[in-house]
Amino acid sequence: MTILLKGGKVVDPSQGLCKRADLLIEKGKIAGLGKIQSKKSWRIFDVKGWVVAPGFIDMHVHLREPGREDKETIETGCRAAVAGGFTSVACMPNTTPVNDCEAISRFILEKAHDVNLANVFPVGAITKGSRGKELAEIGEMHKVGVVGISDDGMPVQNNQIMRRALEYAKIFGIPVLDHCEDLSLAAGGAMNEGSVSTELGLRGHNRAAEELHVARDVILSRLTGSPIHICHISTKESLNWVRRAKEEGLKVTCEVTPHHFGLSEEAVRTYDPNFKMNPPLRSQSDIDAILEGLCDGTIDCIATDHAPHTRIEKEVPYEAAANGVVGLESAVPLVWDLLVHKEVVSLPRTVELLSVNPNKILSLNRGTLAEGSVADVTVVDPNKEVVIDVSKFKSKGRNCPFNGWKLKGGPAMTLVRGRVVWNQ
Amino acid sequence: VNAGDGMHEHPTQALLDALTIEDHKSEIGGRKIAIVGDITHSRVARSDALLLTKLQANVWICGPPTLIPIDFEQYGVQVTYDLREAIEGADVVMMLRTQLERQKEVFYPSVKEYFNLYGLDRKKLSLAKKDVIVMHPGPINRGVEIDPDVADGGFSVILEQVNNGVAVRMAILYLMMGPSEETTK
Repeated sequence: MTILLKGGKVVDPSQGLCKRADLLIEKGKIAGLGKIQSKKSWRIFDVKGWVVAPGFIDMHVHLREPGREDKETIETGCRAAVAGGFTSVACMPNTTPVNDCEAISRFILEKAHDVNLANVFPVGAITKGSRGKELAEIGEMHKVGVVGISDDGMPVQNNQIMRRALEYAKIFGIPVLDHCEDLSLAAGGAMNEGSVSTELGLRGHNRAAEELHVARDVILSRLTGSPIHICHISTKESLNWVRRAKEEGLKVTCEVTPHHFGLSEEAVRTYDPNFKMNPPLRSQSDIDAILEGLCDGTIDCIATDHAPHTRIEKEVPYEAAANGVVGLESAVPLVWDLLVHKEVVSLPRTVELLSVNPNKILSLNRGTLAEGSVADVTVVDPNKEVVIDVSKFKSKGRNCPFNGWKLKGGPAMTLVRGRVVWNQ
Repeated sequence: VNAGDGMHEHPTQALLDALTIEDHKSEIGGRKIAIVGDITHSRVARSDALLLTKLQANVWICGPPTLIPIDFEQYGVQVTYDLREAIEGADVVMMLRTQLERQKEVFYPSVKEYFNLYGLDRKKLSLAKKDVIVMHPGPINRGVEIDPDVADGGFSVILEQVNNGVAVRMAILYLMMGPSEETTK
């Protein structure tokens, strides 16, 4: 099937492109870009006024399968991804059992292949069982397609093991992705520690828990020369560490979630567990720093940390609730409304944050619309009136803090390997 | 005489290794010699690197980055984490012992993965020159760093190293004792 996307605004920073052009897709590949005379036998989509971009990549999601299919499956997660405008996701290894070996990595890839919607790139564990004691068989996992390693959710506390992991990952040229948290310092915290936690009488999770580990990772990256990626960065001081590391030329990158620039700790005043996640929502000064980091390049990409939970785990008192929120089906509208329309970031920069940079960090061979590349394409209608409605989510997770929000801009079409996998 | 001290040096091993290589290759200069395995904990690797580079060999050091000390390039060797690159076109492949305890010390995840990445088997050895020799200072951990097929196979000169060790060490002791009464007469 040959597909022509006609008259859209093609935004592809990988080629320095931001102009009106037609995009031709043939046999799963990008076959042409420019003014293209259409043929009758082609499937033609009029995308005038819409943004045509290399497929968006969410490099931080939890698909929960194997083990917690009550929260999400690879199939429902992939449906949510493509409905949210994402053509690729990288799934974290904290499944049950943990993805710390070839067999589980292979299981995830085979399932994703059968589902045949979004590309799924598994992230393997750093240590066996993510217990932080012994290295996992990273080479065996890499052989079948693991694109990075992380003990997300159960971060490596032992600095010597972190050093070894960074060194060992170098053999395969894959990055270590770190959920930065000193567990002893964060223990028991339910929200950002500060005046609001004091007022609400909730146990505080101090920002120092994150910042200590960001600093550690920068120092270990300098020692080992290995790439490290800081997951869901959330504080101003963490960003200062990353900024300095980049100035020094270290291979340190980071991501931010839409909820960490869309919401502050003030939201916790509702005691609604849908505002509970880890790292917690921070202060306005952190949000200002994040917006600055999105602009100046300190932040490399936007990832959702999509973390579906069952109602049983979320509809409980705030302190008892599980950490995490879903994000795949609200991220693109939030980015367009809060960042693009408010002119925080330019259109090309937005596409860098959502596609070009995550591709670079994980070496996925995506993130471009250059002729001959894999035809993963996200089409965004920048003026679409979106109302976030969890009851319509494809994800099993309903734990979205943005339910009911009216936003401007959202995904219109998603193509994966040249196939229309979602169309509004 | 230094008979091997800790992780530092093992000069008599280096001399017997050089002798064994010379027995087979006549000229050491210009030969590609791959030294593979746990470099960090090896006194043999340090002494071999010093001597063989002095003799103008093209020395490659290979192992997981967790087991290669910082700035090993200071010995004038090439460092790679890719065994294939180290072995390709090599005249000599020298395997070092990898102790099983290292797994618990978080240097590598498992013997299986270590062997897949850095263990020498026939398939990987086929990348070397047709007349390659395989060496090992012993003791060997068969199945960890080297397949028994290779350790006991036709390219192996490991037992010759043992023989040469006796000769080299006798010669060193002889020289260290100074000129004998007969020669001074």
